[in-house]
Amino acid sequence: MSDIAAPASDPSGAIRPPAIMLGPWGWARANLFNSWISTAVTLAIGYLLLRGITGFFDWAIVHAVWSVPLNAAGTPDATACQTAKGTGACWAVIADKYRFILFGRYPYDQQWRPAICVLLFIGLFIVSAMRRFWRRELALIWLGTLAAIGVLMWGGILGLSFVQQDSWGGLPITLILSTFGLALAFPLAVLVALGRRSTNLPAVKMICVVYVELIRGVPLISLLFMASVMFPLFMPEGLNFDKLLRAQIAFILFAAAYLAEVVRGGLQALPKGQAEAADALGLSYWHKTGRIILPQALRLVIPPLVNTFIGFFKDTSLVLIIGIFDLLTAGKVAMSEPAWQGFSTEIHIVLAIIYFAFCFAMSKYSRGR
Amino acid sequence: MSQAETTSHFVAPPGAPPAILLDRVNKWYGQMHVLRDVSLSVAEKERVVVCGPSGSGKSTMIRCINRLETHQQGRIVVDGTELTDDTRALDTIRREVGMVFQSFNLFPHLTILENCTLAPIWVRKMPKAEAEELAMSYLTRVKIPEQAKKYPGQLSGGQQQRVAIARALCMKPKIMLFDEPTSALDPEMIKEVLDTMIGLAETGMTMVCVTHEMGFARQVADRVVFMDRGEIVESGPPNDLFENPQTDRLQLFLSQILRGH
Repeated sequence: MSDIAAPASDPSGAIRPPAIMLGPWGWARANLFNSWISTAVTLAIGYLLLRGITGFFDWAIVHAVWSVPLNAAGTPDATACQTAKGTGACWAVIADKYRFILFGRYPYDQQWRPAICVLLFIGLFIVSAMRRFWRRELALIWLGTLAAIGVLMWGGILGLSFVQQDSWGGLPITLILSTFGLALAFPLAVLVALGRRSTNLPAVKMICVVYVELIRGVPLISLLFMASVMFPLFMPEGLNFDKLLRAQIAFILFAAAYLAEVVRGGLQALPKGQAEAADALGLSYWHKTGRIILPQALRLVIPPLVNTFIGFFKDTSLVLIIGIFDLLTAGKVAMSEPAWQGFSTEIHIVLAIIYFAFCFAMSKYSRGR
Repeated sequence: MSQAETTSHFVAPPGAPPAILLDRVNKWYGQMHVLRDVSLSVAEKERVVVCGPSGSGKSTMIRCINRLETHQQGRIVVDGTELTDDTRALDTIRREVGMVFQSFNLFPHLTILENCTLAPIWVRKMPKAEAEELAMSYLTRVKIPEQAKKYPGQLSGGQQQRVAIARALCMKPKIMLFDEPTSALDPEMIKEVLDTMIGLAETGMTMVCVTHEMGFARQVADRVVFMDRGEIVESGPPNDLFENPQTDRLQLFLSQILRGH
């Protein structure tokens, strides 16, 4: 610890901070070992952390079963996993079931199609995140990509076999629900927020207030139930559109109400002088809103906006209860397979990693703004 | 104050309609009567300075001229167009009336140049190149062309206010309104803004300016209007008004202003 010595002044006359505060050792002394209580707490937590990490490492890596042989019937033989149960993870269940978890009951030989869809979604997110693509053409890219995804999933044209929506499942469903949901809910939310602040259109304001309060007062689950069970009852005989679309609409309406309140927060936080200056220059309402108010207001609310986005990305998993086959549902079904009974932890970990990857990417991106 | 009295202090060219006419304008905030029978006529190319203690209604009055505030009684006619709920008339007026605010109100997410070209491009439908050329000429006139690519936050208060003046001028307004343009500035920056305004006054711009800068009023104003408690108490050429106040209220106000300086 030579750096602890001789803090004093150097010939240039500048006074340096005492060396004891510098470096990782200095930091640890100041924060972890500055009294006997904190030293004890540090040691206790350190011990628990070490035990936890080594325990997990043993279970997940050292004693893990990575693959199992096939038995005579051609199905995986989980005996090795059963033996290791409790001491080692059974990653063989993932190796065996990953395509089911990712793509659900989509026809096995056609699963390259949802796989491409997932890549298209990810590509779309990356392109949209890059500032240099923030041009008018981006809207076309979105339309094109979403159309391509529709064609790939449904098929029926271009020599692709038709796949019913009932057999879609897994990650594409989660991405479809959240991407279409937030992409359509966001513009709706901006309009509702603007409507709610309108001073000279009392009817519009009223509608917006009622919409937000009504939707916010109801749990998402009940809205999904209404969309899946009650809504078809009110429709005329024979006229029915598919369950995914109904859930999608319920999801858009729900997300828009929450996002509208976030956007309204931004509108309220903006100094009044900005709107006054725009008015004084003679800008029309839409020019004022589109060029002055929204660019600043939305920037102010990026953190709560991303917070809501992340929340809704995870909330798409609630479609489980109305029988739509999203990522989480697919995982649940995989867990219930007789051959792989008792390995839900491994599947849950993989599901968590997938959700975390998307949510963390969103969070990371918003912090860079 | 009757209209006859307020208008008697200037000689309008015969037949020329006033640039701004306020005729017995009244306004209330709830129960509070903030403008009481305010009548004022501003001729083309006239420079009017409005002064008065805070809360006297001078800002409210000037903000009524481009309808940032609405009046409840009386008539306001600007450049021959009466201010009503008709939005088309309002658009016409706002195009011809520039305004400079106490707190600058530049758009912080746009560069100085974009601040200046926004309205000409979107309201006047001017081609971008032309709007930029125009903006640069006005930025040169307020002596900050070299800041064009910066953002408002990178400029000093005085520079920001000069940009705000240039931004308003880019719309080629017939009338300029100033609402306490130097009140938010540090003392050393007041002069650069006042100099810009004096330069503007020399071009023959019709100006209505709410300010406490008595030196500016003496140098530039054709007429000074003194307001107190929502009404116009006195008005006249600056020297008459300052040397020979007729009312106790103006005397009191002037003594407070002078003591403050």
